Amino acid sequence: MTFRKYLILAAVAIFAACGDFCLARGMRQLGPVALSNWQRLFTVVFSPWILTGVCLLMLFFSTYLSSLSWADLTYVLPATALSYVLMALLGKLFLHENVTASRWLGIALITIGVGFVASGRSLTSGYANLANHKTVLSSGGKE
Amino acid sequence: MTYLATWGGIAAIVTTATAGDVLQSRAMKEIGDLGVIRKLHGIGEVLRRVLSSPRFMFGLLFMALTFFCLMATLSWADLSIVGPASASLTFIANAFAARILLKEHVDQRRWLAALFVFGGVVLLAR
Repeated sequence: MTFRKYLILAAVAIFAACGDFCLARGMRQLGPVALSNWQRLFTVVFSPWILTGVCLLMLFFSTYLSSLSWADLTYVLPATALSYVLMALLGKLFLHENVTASRWLGIALITIGVGFVASGRSLTSGYANLANHKTVLSSGGKE
Repeated sequence: MTYLATWGGIAAIVTTATAGDVLQSRAMKEIGDLGVIRKLHGIGEVLRRVLSSPRFMFGLLFMALTFFCLMATLSWADLSIVGPASASLTFIANAFAARILLKEHVDQRRWLAALFVFGGVVLLAR
């Protein structure tokens, strides 16, 4: 694992948390949408918070796909679970949500889980050899 | 009936989310390291390879199905049950699916990580 790859994993977690935070902030400004008034949902595209959230979630998806191209699914999912922790912290700091003792315990468990998986190997899949072989072929043996 | 419908909905969310993740992961492994491809051939080639992958498209389809299953389940069940149950069970289902379908080596360290994150998500979403 190179430093660049750790940065991409961190970006997955940060983009996911910040994207969801912006969506939550935008939807709070918009207020509750009743089923009888579903057309109001179209007005969300004019909210700067929602637009920023959608852009951040697109960045999340591209970094998530990039990480899956060089790491196992069972590595990427726990390693990027810090997004749940970031979401709780953003909710507490900026949306003034209540973070109870059980939530702090949950944050601790996720952090321990991330520590476990991040210190291990990132790629074990049998399909990895196929991917590396294809990449080398397409680069003409330069990689 | 409500109990069955709630857990049936959660099962549908977990199944479609896991299928989506597994298909995306397999598609990306077949395409190769996106960072290397971008460096060698540019971002256009990355987009061409990703968007022309049938597995990637099926993965997207399953992600859309997950969204609809979530919306449908939330119409008859509480978010406080559906959210944590589906998020945490998807971690465990992914570990099994990755071991069986993607031939990943899910060792003790990864099982422990999945279990810690499972417990953490349950507590965090309460």
